[in-house]
Amino acid sequence: MTQYLLSVYHPEELTFPPEQLEKVYADVDALNSEIKAAGAWVFGGGLHPSSTATVVQLRDGEVLTTDGPFTEGKEHVGGFWIIEAPDLDAALEWGRKATRACIVPVEVRPFQDEPE
Amino acid sequence: MIPASASPSEIDRLFRQEYGRAVAVLVRIFGDIDVAEEAVQDAFTAAVQRWPTSGVPPSPAGWIITTARRRAIDRLRRESTRQDRHAAAALLHAGDEPAKEDPVGDDRLRLIFTCCHPSLSPSAQVALTLRLLGGLTTAEVAHAFLVPEPTMAQRLVRAKGKIRDAKIPYRVPSDAELPDRLRAVLTVVYLIFNEGYAASSGDRLIREDLCAEAIRLGRLLATLMPDEPEVLGLLALMLLIESRRCGRTTSGGDLVRLSDQDRSLWDRDLIDEGQAIVRRCLQRNQPGPYQLQAAINAVHSDAPTAMTTDWQQILQLYDQLLVLSPSPVVALHRAVAVAEVEGPAAALTLVDDLGLTGYYLFHAIRADLLRRLGRPADAASSYDEAIAHTDNVAEQTFLERTRQTLLH
Repeated sequence: MTQYLLSVYHPEELTFPPEQLEKVYADVDALNSEIKAAGAWVFGGGLHPSSTATVVQLRDGEVLTTDGPFTEGKEHVGGFWIIEAPDLDAALEWGRKATRACIVPVEVRPFQDEPE
Repeated sequence: MIPASASPSEIDRLFRQEYGRAVAVLVRIFGDIDVAEEAVQDAFTAAVQRWPTSGVPPSPAGWIITTARRRAIDRLRRESTRQDRHAAAALLHAGDEPAKEDPVGDDRLRLIFTCCHPSLSPSAQVALTLRLLGGLTTAEVAHAFLVPEPTMAQRLVRAKGKIRDAKIPYRVPSDAELPDRLRAVLTVVYLIFNEGYAASSGDRLIREDLCAEAIRLGRLLATLMPDEPEVLGLLALMLLIESRRCGRTTSGGDLVRLSDQDRSLWDRDLIDEGQAIVRRCLQRNQPGPYQLQAAINAVHSDAPTAMTTDWQQILQLYDQLLVLSPSPVVALHRAVAVAEVEGPAAALTLVDDLGLTGYYLFHAIRADLLRRLGRPADAASSYDEAIAHTDNVAEQTFLERTRQTLLH
């Protein structure tokens, strides 16, 4: 089994009308239950907006703390799942369900070897 | 039985012919492309040393596969004692997987679907397919696509790394996924064929090789998936286009348009084979874009002279094709048939509506229609546009030559 990170990419400016947002919440809840029932669940959750992020990094040996987010893109990770799957096809199947539920793009990326 | 002695060129030929089969079996056994490639390479090196004196064994592929498996296991045992987790994993995978020769080709089919997985970029899909199933060297693949060899090597390393790390499976997709995944495989094979056919530049021999390789892959797919009509359609399409190779250029390398080709130069065997497949597809009656394009080419092949071409039938086939794949490029080709059936004025109206102004063929077809409508000045400026929109030297020369005939 390999663990995969399913990152949900959320355009910063995007806002859903309330009824659509409710549907997204309901669909994501249902998907969470499905992932757990299938035994593929490792971890998952939604994040506060990227304006709440803080960056820490090394500068000349000192740790510098600055306002985030780290990348100045138009899209940021808005949430993620870590799932376990036998291969990429199985992970992509969860990814497809995830993008249908969240209605934004989802990136599927493998973790390095499982911890021993 | 006295074994046949083997010349280096015979071994080269066997290498190309059997490489894909051997790699596919070894990938199944070890679950790792690098291990498989290295093992097969080792086995061919052994063959080059041994076969010139001992002769070619009765089953060269069997010998290569058995030798490759044994040598890989020896190597992996040495490496796994040094705590190489990869080696250990490959060795574990080999377990008691039998070193079968892949007589039904399932291993190669699985590997094609892996190489053409949608999570790989199209250029990586093409490169992997040529490298792993076609047995082309990295240098040959690089040369064919006019990419520096280190760039191609890096592309292949990255793609193989993604297959390994993201665990792209070696598997024929389930029925639900098959139509999409098969379409991707056929696209790759046709891309390889077109790259060889269009000869936008580069070494002519390598390019003819690409067409031959695409047809070989097409035949393999047709053998492995005989119930997929589009697989047959693609094979027929490639065979029928390939049949005109000798008529398509002059000895000096200039392009000859279809209507001016010496049809006695067309390869009758390829035409017969292609047309027989088209007939099988027609009986099956599950038309698709490749089958329809093959059928259009079959109608051209049927006509003893350009004058006797059944344009009415070609137009009907284009009508069907336009329904299945409604694209401006298909509509442009359909307009050529309209010109023959209804005249150039009707065709020009259709073409002008398409507005494919960045596509050289749009301008070339427009130029030809304007020429036939007795508007040489407009035709000449359209030829200029066409020439400006292609990098293909052969096409440029052809268009330049046609443009000059306008003025006489």
